[in-house]
Amino acid sequence: MSDLRSAPAPALTDEDHVRGDPAAPLVIFYGDYTCPRCALTHARLSGAPLRVAFRHFAIAAKHPRAVPLACAAEAAARQGRFWEFHDALFADPGRTDDPHLWARATALGLDLDRFERERREQEVAARVSQHTRAGMRAGIAQTPTLLHDGKMLPGIPDAELIARLTG
Amino acid sequence: MSVIAAGAPVPEFSLGTEDGETFTRDDLLGKTSVLVFYPFAFSPVCNDQLTLYEEVLDEFSALGATLYAISTDASWSQAAFKEKLGSSVRQLSDFEPKGATARAFGVLDEGGFSQRALVIVDPEGVVKWSYLAPSSGDLPGVNLIFDGLDS
Repeated sequence: MSDLRSAPAPALTDEDHVRGDPAAPLVIFYGDYTCPRCALTHARLSGAPLRVAFRHFAIAAKHPRAVPLACAAEAAARQGRFWEFHDALFADPGRTDDPHLWARATALGLDLDRFERERREQEVAARVSQHTRAGMRAGIAQTPTLLHDGKMLPGIPDAELIARLTG
Repeated sequence: MSVIAAGAPVPEFSLGTEDGETFTRDDLLGKTSVLVFYPFAFSPVCNDQLTLYEEVLDEFSALGATLYAISTDASWSQAAFKEKLGSSVRQLSDFEPKGATARAFGVLDEGGFSQRALVIVDPEGVVKWSYLAPSSGDLPGVNLIFDGLDS
């Protein structure tokens, strides 16, 4: 039987990418770097007093660069620069080809050879897939989707929702 | 109107294929089918729904399940939609008489289009599981279909 039957979203672990005040309300953002609605969500969440965890929901059938960009962010994470790379992807979503990734990696001072090698590693692809499939099991079906207090909130958050999330 | 319930025999219906042929209840017999009723070709949620299902199509096939996408759009529109998405799910048109199949399955919106619904049909032509989304804007995840196939 498939492993995509319903299951709760995984609890936050040390493996997650998390930033923000540890005392602030937690939002788990399931997103995709090729999704314009996610770029807008990222912009809206960036200024909010929230603790944000980002998980990949990268659907290859939706966009051919969805998985490669997620893998690139994970490769940047190997060098301790996940959030910087994440911000750089959402800041310029029209530039997603390999030379654009190299430019970002160089600008962030990453070891480019290592970045190139690691973004193609099976282990990195498996991590992205693990995020996506765990999201599917939890009922995530589109991006962006936010999880907060066990509630699923699909769509771009408006000011009212963000105010509610921040308490 | 409510979606056809598990245990009910699938009603007689007639849908149009992209090739101009007719697809009926008999075409469902002998295999497990997942009927994906959706409101409108090219609408944002329908785009997301069919690309999401495409992502795990091999896993549905591994369980012996075949997906069909059904809307009240004309076959020409469905064919263009399918091409745009790069989808391999077969499209079936409920265009003429418009919405007759959606009505027979209890998923016709009073606006004349199909509500977002899923119906799993067993090889004997009996409904195994069904689901009606709370609204057309709600996208049922793949987890629900796998749960339904396992029910």
